[in-house]
Amino acid sequence: MAHYPHSVTLDSQKCKGCTNCIKRCPTQAIRVQGGKAKILPELCIDCGECIRVCPHHAKKAVFDSFESIQKFKYKIAIPAPSLYGQINNLTDINFCLTALLDIGFDDVFEVAVAAEIISNATSILIRSGKLKYPVISSACPAVERLIRVRFPQLCENVLPFHSPMEYAARLAKRRAAQKTGLPRKDIGVFFISPCPAKITDIKHPINSKKSSVDGALAISDIYPCLVSAMNKIETPKNLASSSMVGVGWANSGGESVAISDNYYLAADGIENVIKVLEEVEDDKLNGLHFIELNACSGGCVGGVLTVENPYVAKTRIHLLKKHLPSEQEQSSDSNVEAELTWKQQLTSAPALKLSEDLNEALNMMHEIEKITSRLPGLDCGSCGSPSCRALAEDIVRGHAQESDCVFKLRDKVRQLAQTFETLNIEDI
Amino acid sequence: MPEKITLKYAVDGDDFTKAGLASSDLKHTLKQIGYDPGFIRRVAIAVYEGEINMVIHAGGGEITADIAPDKVEVWLADSGPGIPNVELAMREGYSTAPIDVHELGFGAGMGLPNIKKYTDDLQIDTTVGVGTTVYMLINNN
Repeated sequence: MAHYPHSVTLDSQKCKGCTNCIKRCPTQAIRVQGGKAKILPELCIDCGECIRVCPHHAKKAVFDSFESIQKFKYKIAIPAPSLYGQINNLTDINFCLTALLDIGFDDVFEVAVAAEIISNATSILIRSGKLKYPVISSACPAVERLIRVRFPQLCENVLPFHSPMEYAARLAKRRAAQKTGLPRKDIGVFFISPCPAKITDIKHPINSKKSSVDGALAISDIYPCLVSAMNKIETPKNLASSSMVGVGWANSGGESVAISDNYYLAADGIENVIKVLEEVEDDKLNGLHFIELNACSGGCVGGVLTVENPYVAKTRIHLLKKHLPSEQEQSSDSNVEAELTWKQQLTSAPALKLSEDLNEALNMMHEIEKITSRLPGLDCGSCGSPSCRALAEDIVRGHAQESDCVFKLRDKVRQLAQTFETLNIEDI
Repeated sequence: MPEKITLKYAVDGDDFTKAGLASSDLKHTLKQIGYDPGFIRRVAIAVYEGEINMVIHAGGGEITADIAPDKVEVWLADSGPGIPNVELAMREGYSTAPIDVHELGFGAGMGLPNIKKYTDDLQIDTTVGVGTTVYMLINNN
């Protein structure tokens, strides 16, 4: 089987071939062919919108099983800040972290801690003037992939830093190696993830050859046993070291507040993100220094692998922050910027291109325009493409034909019927 | 085999919520054809500014774009009030846009100067009381 670099996949048994997912996919990466949905891997950005809208639960995210942590001698959980928003009345993060140890991990390292270190480094880098304004956050892997596919020119605006998850994994591994003396291969770091895009970022990273994260568990998958473990805790261990700065990253706007630069914009929800990127591309947001974009509504608390309504989770994060210190203990590591910086610049993956040859592409576009004008323009999706225009593109790319359009087919059948009527029996 | 393709867009007047749809669509088409991103950006910004001008000043009109491998030519034609003093309109910061338009964040007097900055040729054919046609050429070097 060909290499499939995504964690959003299809359960074809459950798929009824309806048009819900094809209409909602922000990169038009899904087609229905032969009565089943098909994800086009070069266009999919793992945002998880199709998982959200599929009424038959045929779209799913692939994540690691809880048992998979047993492959390692020393197991570390790195929880996303959004995990804290899933738990009711949480005033002390230590309960949540102790529960992670109780369910089978040997150690925990909060991603929020790495997020705060990154915020400080970002703040310095933005002020240095070395980056092109507006700098676009690189924390949401779905947005990063969206930029590569649909906004290739904006790759140069993306903050060239690893994500808090990636940095947390590195810090956690280093700390564990020092503490236990175990070789790195025996130390397994598992991200407790709110979304499939993060999982894809672990399995198929675009900014490094290999992620330091060894596996990803879904918040929704471990939630029941985590809550039951939490309920049994009387006195939690003292494990937490994050502050309101890093935990704030769970919500949209949290990262922007953390870098303390007033000239920022924070947008969430994939459609809003696309609108903002269009404006950046057209030079309309020139006065801004920083743009935070989250594919999910509300930010990471809105991820498809969470359990709680994102707005409830958002409020919980706000309430929890009141119990947290205003900043965490400063790390003495002076080499942070070098450690965080990608080894290679983000490269575009312009999947929209019709052909590598400009003349050929122009011809294809000419054909697309002609075919589009012949199609009914209803965008019904019955052909399996998300719109009439997309069907025209699929025809020109050689993946579909005009008779896939049910209206075109009906016209053809009608013509045939008329031809038969006008024919005389003797003629046959 | 066509040497160029022609696209036409109708632009609604006085509807700011739709302002920019034509330039956005054109930008998407150019991305699909696979032009260099820098070239696409120049076309997109210039056409967007022109489109906004048509909405603010002229009650809409029609955009015609001729797309060829080596260049894009665009005509923005309206039947609006015309530009009484083209030289003045070309000055950065000069604006005749009404107050309510300013309040929407448009009309900063950057439209035509911005178009000039991003195009290789700009010609304005205007008659007061009849309308304006803005021609722009962007070469793909």
